[in-house]
Amino acid sequence: MSAVAATADLDALRTTAREIRKDIIRMTYAAGGGHPGGSLSVTDLVTALVFHELRLDPAHPDAPDRDRLVLSKGHAAPALYSALARRGFLPVEELLTLRKLGSRLQGHVDRNKLPVIEASTGCLGQGIGMAVGMALDQRLRKGAARVYAILGDGECQAGPTWEALMAGGHYKLDNLTVILDRNQYETDGDTEALMGIEPIAEKFRAFRYETLDIDGHDFPAILGALDTARSTKGRPTAIVARTVKGKGVSFMERTHVYHGKPPTKEEAEKALAELGGGSLTG
Amino acid sequence: MTGKSESLRDAYGVELVARGDADPELVVLDADLSGSTRTQLFGKKYPERFFNVGVMEPTMVTMAAGMALSGRTVFASTFAIFAAGQAYNMVRQSVCYNHANVKIVATHGGLLVGGDGGTHQMLEDLALMRGLPGMTVIAPSDAPTTRAAVRAITEFQGPAYVRLTRENLPVVTDGSFALGKAAELRPGSDLTLVAVGAMVARALEVAEELHKVGVEARVLDFASIKPFDEKALLKAARETGAILTLEEHSVLTGLGALVAAATSEAYPVPVRRIGVPDLFGESGDPWLLLDRYGLSKERALEEAWELLRGRGKVN
Ligand SMILES: Cc1ncc(C[n+]2csc(CCOP(=O)(O)OP(=O)(O)O)c2C)c(N)n1
Repeated sequence: MSAVAATADLDALRTTAREIRKDIIRMTYAAGGGHPGGSLSVTDLVTALVFHELRLDPAHPDAPDRDRLVLSKGHAAPALYSALARRGFLPVEELLTLRKLGSRLQGHVDRNKLPVIEASTGCLGQGIGMAVGMALDQRLRKGAARVYAILGDGECQAGPTWEALMAGGHYKLDNLTVILDRNQYETDGDTEALMGIEPIAEKFRAFRYETLDIDGHDFPAILGALDTARSTKGRPTAIVARTVKGKGVSFMERTHVYHGKPPTKEEAEKALAELGGGSLTG
Repeated sequence: MTGKSESLRDAYGVELVARGDADPELVVLDADLSGSTRTQLFGKKYPERFFNVGVMEPTMVTMAAGMALSGRTVFASTFAIFAAGQAYNMVRQSVCYNHANVKIVATHGGLLVGGDGGTHQMLEDLALMRGLPGMTVIAPSDAPTTRAAVRAITEFQGPAYVRLTRENLPVVTDGSFALGKAAELRPGSDLTLVAVGAMVARALEVAEELHKVGVEARVLDFASIKPFDEKALLKAARETGAILTLEEHSVLTGLGALVAAATSEAYPVPVRRIGVPDLFGESGDPWLLLDRYGLSKERALEEAWELLRGRGKVN
């Protein structure tokens, strides 16, 4: 375990992650739509970033030297909205407006409505390129902000993902960290059955990334990898985070069924009970 | 006047299997949305002729072109934003420039996508696809027309784009769709409502309201966007003297623009256009979104009255 991980309040991170998972269930249930599976898989990664790694200040959300997080798999919006709310960037009560007409919480993360979102995404394969652009900008202006991009594994089938990754490696962007939510499933099934992306760590290495392969639900491992990324010089870092789709809700785990399907009322209640209890309305 | 609502996507899935039964060479591609597009029905029956390639729409389209250039009829499906948007230049060069026999059936066109929001609500596809030389473009108004359209596009060699809606839509036709022909769903001589896709049912509702006060509006379903039935349009212009267009697409570049251009060249009459203004969509209940973006029945009625007043048909 790294020094950073040793001093971090791991229990607090775990507790926060559990609250975020409950929010994801409540939000997608209330919306009658959305993407619970890939939101639950990415929750620990988002929690580690928003509550530990990123330099962010709710009092100054547009501080020039803030770190940037681009959620390239923009359909995992509920996880990021909840983390930002619980970090103080928006009211927690607002979470239940997800996907409703007039809400700031669009189905895919949207900076037009919610400016704390660094880049609007939704169509896969574009967030990573915007992150590369932001990292290049920081280098040009000698800024200290670090840039983080979260990718999906289905998203790694898309050509633009690799074009952008190639650029990040070519320009030796050591202020860029790419985190892959390797949850094994996309919309229609197992990525390896549809269009295999393995060996994925070797691909990142070949694209000139310092590459780490970790358990994406193990906070000491996540914090340690982020630590390594911060201290790596001369090239970007890729973290292959092995995760479980639907993590934390037994019947949503390791299946594509809840990729784009919200829980029914009974399912939502069961999910909340498994996550430690709480009401459907928060 | 309008029947119960049915899924256009289900109709596509069922008809696609029938096309596969009829043509053992026919292949189908999808890009990780086969449950939503309903191509999975074909995939279950003919797994060896079904290629779910994952999240790679541009390459799905180029692969489809390659198989078509090898002599097959190829269907490729995904959401409209990815088919016409993500893969635009692949559709342009690999499919249209090559005259490849690729049939793109795109679901989730327009605002009726709902919750996914503005990034996914494709409002420009009919314009993009119509602008491609050699492309056939169809936007069915209901499930029977969807089935007929899918049959029709297998009856010729060459590219086609079919735009489907995510939401179920009322049955408004008997499925007697013919390529290049507008369907007259309601006779009338005071005004013509020219509509496409989900807005056809709405046009019929508007016509019914007008009928209650003695105004007879003709309703034309322009599912066949290209080839375009200029004859039916100009006949309507001559016989009714005013046209209101209704589309769930950008009003800048869609059916309304097409109708205005065609009439102004050949037989100018007043044209008013209902469509999505120069804006991206947003998340929300699909039907509330139509109202929010100016596609409500009330708004269409107001526009109809404007036209009728301009014609001196009412005060
Ligand atoms: C370019 C593009 N094609 C298709 C989609 C529709 N879509 C949304 S999520 C998804 C699957 C993504 O899989 P993955 O990246 O593994 O996401 P996760 O499992 O992490 O949720 C697809 C195909 C999209 N958003 N963008």
